[in-house]
Amino acid sequence: MTKQATSRDRRKRRPPVVLVVLAALGLSVFVVPLLGLLARTPWRDLPTVLTSDVVLDALRISVIASLGATAISAILGVPLAWVLARVEFRGRSIVRGLVVLPLVLPPVVGGAALLFALGRRGLIGEPLNQMTGLVLPFSTWGVVIAATFVAMPFLVITVEGGLRNLDPRYEGAAATLGAGRWTVLWRVTLPMIGSSLAAGLALTWARALGEFGATITFAGNLQGRTQTLPLAVFVAMESDRGAAVALSLIMVVISLTVLIVLRHRWWGAI
Amino acid sequence: MVGGDMSRSTGLDAHLVVSRGEAFTLDVSLSIPAGHTVALLGPNGAGKSTVVAAISGLLPLDDGQITLNGRTLDNPADGVLIPAEDRGVGVVFQDYVLFPHLTVVENVEFGLRSRKTPRREARELAIRWLDRIGLDDLADRKPGDLSGGQAQRVALARALITEPDLLLLDEPLAALDATTRVDLRRTLADHLGQFAGPRMLITHDPTEAFLLADEIHVIEDGVITQVGTPDDIRLRPRTPYIADLAGSNLVLGTASSGTVTTGTQQLHIADTQISGPVLAAIHPRAIIIDRHQPDGSPRNTWEATVIRIEHYGDRVRLQTGDPLPLTAEITPDALSDLQIVEGSVVWISIKATEISVQKD
Amino acid sequence: MKRHRAITIGLATGALLISACGTAGDGAGGEVLVSAASSLTEAFAEMEAAFETVNPEFDVVLNIGGSSALREQILAGAPVDVFASANTSNMDLVVDAGDVDGELAIFARNRLEIAVPSGNPAGVTGLTDFARDELLIGLCAEDVPCGDYGRQVLQNAGVTPNVDTEEPNVRALLTKVEAGELDAGIVYATDVASTDGGVDGVAVPDDDNVHADYPIAVLADAPNADGAEAFVAFVLSDEGRSILADHGFGLP
Repeated sequence: MTKQATSRDRRKRRPPVVLVVLAALGLSVFVVPLLGLLARTPWRDLPTVLTSDVVLDALRISVIASLGATAISAILGVPLAWVLARVEFRGRSIVRGLVVLPLVLPPVVGGAALLFALGRRGLIGEPLNQMTGLVLPFSTWGVVIAATFVAMPFLVITVEGGLRNLDPRYEGAAATLGAGRWTVLWRVTLPMIGSSLAAGLALTWARALGEFGATITFAGNLQGRTQTLPLAVFVAMESDRGAAVALSLIMVVISLTVLIVLRHRWWGAI
Repeated sequence: MVGGDMSRSTGLDAHLVVSRGEAFTLDVSLSIPAGHTVALLGPNGAGKSTVVAAISGLLPLDDGQITLNGRTLDNPADGVLIPAEDRGVGVVFQDYVLFPHLTVVENVEFGLRSRKTPRREARELAIRWLDRIGLDDLADRKPGDLSGGQAQRVALARALITEPDLLLLDEPLAALDATTRVDLRRTLADHLGQFAGPRMLITHDPTEAFLLADEIHVIEDGVITQVGTPDDIRLRPRTPYIADLAGSNLVLGTASSGTVTTGTQQLHIADTQISGPVLAAIHPRAIIIDRHQPDGSPRNTWEATVIRIEHYGDRVRLQTGDPLPLTAEITPDALSDLQIVEGSVVWISIKATEISVQKD
Repeated sequence: MKRHRAITIGLATGALLISACGTAGDGAGGEVLVSAASSLTEAFAEMEAAFETVNPEFDVVLNIGGSSALREQILAGAPVDVFASANTSNMDLVVDAGDVDGELAIFARNRLEIAVPSGNPAGVTGLTDFARDELLIGLCAEDVPCGDYGRQVLQNAGVTPNVDTEEPNVRALLTKVEAGELDAGIVYATDVASTDGGVDGVAVPDDDNVHADYPIAVLADAPNADGAEAFVAFVLSDEGRSILADHGFGLP
């Protein structure tokens, strides 16, 4: 009797075996490729590879592009999220669909679309080029734009979610206390959705850092100008596998570090 | 108590018309002179929060107008709409709506900082306010750490520090538990007394309205169904809802060892612990009316004359005279069975357990 | 080596793995996975159709990509049957790794040409224009055959190019030229022919030009060796040669 009870208790306390096995398999989906990467890492050549021009240039472009895209997403994405959350208008669901489209669209398609819109012969790119002489493809700006295109949806949907969860009475209370719209936005709305905003920025940055398809299609690939870390990995995969693995390792380390640090501080909203 | 002069230039004068689809239209006229407290009393869904939103500037009127101290705040016909931040309407919101990310002192100084008052000056004034409401030692806490009563006082200070032209209190006691509510109603009455402008109290609690307001507007389904002093409303309710909601008999007296002594009558109560000044509430339906002296358990019985009879659909209200004027409610059948007319002498009896007593 | 393969295979194209899942191991018929250089896209599409008409028991699946990318997939252990490369150096690396079964054959030749957008808006006349700063110039990336050939051609002409982008394969480069986003790029003559007027070609003088040899081979680990042999034989047959010729390839 006692024996039976104990064994039942023990069984109760343990999570179901099937779940644990499936969870372990799920985790392996993420971990096994990383192990593959580590197994192939040329540890001895690592210092040389990491300080090579190709890597340093790619790192620089990646930092510029990911931070640039995050900044643009914040400046344009927060107002967009605000409008989607707070203004009722016809076709709002269509606009929301357009905003999340880059999440499901293959990035190459996005890159092609950007080329047709902002390229030298593009819908907007052609008049822009004729007026200002500006050429966006094959420039670092092009990289920033491609990264913004694929990454901004993360910011918009997270911030919109935060705004929807915010009780509008706080903004109302601030207004009755004499706060104008800007004061309300800066002193009440944004601080109160702080965790959503931070999570949105982190996701946006992470997506921008990993961006590949839209970049190579729209901005091309040139070391020191448009070649980001993912592009450098892709090109190096065909010429210098060691460099490719080393570059991949940098990306893994940077992304993992930032995401873990942010998770502790800010990710309450997700 | 409130004069009939509607064109006074100090105070609030409002005619609020707001449509919410076809199902609901708010159409309310209000006038509050400076130094007076008007309570808007009504059930949930009657339109009280719409009134708060319209007056504070968070919801534009569809028709009508709002004038505060002679300044038009909203008038759709003339195209005038002053935004909330420029209205000078101080609001104590339901649940207080203190900013959770700011400290107590930052909450209090928020209005001043929004009006570009220099940082140091705003801080000094806010500290002085906290001192005044006895919360200066909590200045650096977050609102989440405050009790309901403390939060209410912070909300009041936050609204009053900007020296508004109108003070609007939206269910200021609803978030509190019963015992704190009694204490805070007192402090609230003090604070209201110190505010010189017009005061508006939005509430669903008749006791709150009776004790804090000079005049009560009863709102039902978006319209005002009765206006009057607390006594008018209590003694002469005009609709079944008011009779039900506001018709409770309130008696002030002094309690000691299970008895409440009023000026003219002693009431036996169930609570033997309570003592000192109290407020006794007796529901009209808890009062038993008879033609003969009843026997049995009721300990409170006396004879009184029926001075008024009013019919409300399926019930009848009797107003009785000395020694303790009360309102009782019976059915029309009982009225005819007992053959009661105005001037009849009846026996009143009330069970001690039917009298709810709270400290005043 | 085997152990490493098992791990790095994860890095190879996912689509390739999925398509390979259906490969039948049985003798007659089944799927034949052919990894072919980008410049062979149209020619091998026709080749596939013609081959399957003659040999209906086989189902050819084309895996098109930059030769170096295809090489990496094979070296990483992808279950490919036939490799058709746009240059010998990529094929040599596969041979060196012991991944080729039997002989390799040169089945086609290609030469290089300058591709410019239709109408040649920038007025490109030759390789010297590749040094012009104001033009947008594209080449294939280094180690991609068209990239190596392109650089060799420019070196032969003594021109230092002012490159704006290094595309991962010849098709990507061609697409950007066709869209008018690039003023000029060096591609295969067959690519210019394949666009049907989408791009114009500017000839590279014979003295500067290089001739690209296209080798084909059955892979040692081919899951469908019979199908692989049959396909390679077809490519080298008269019918296969005439298809290649139709697409502008030179024949050995």
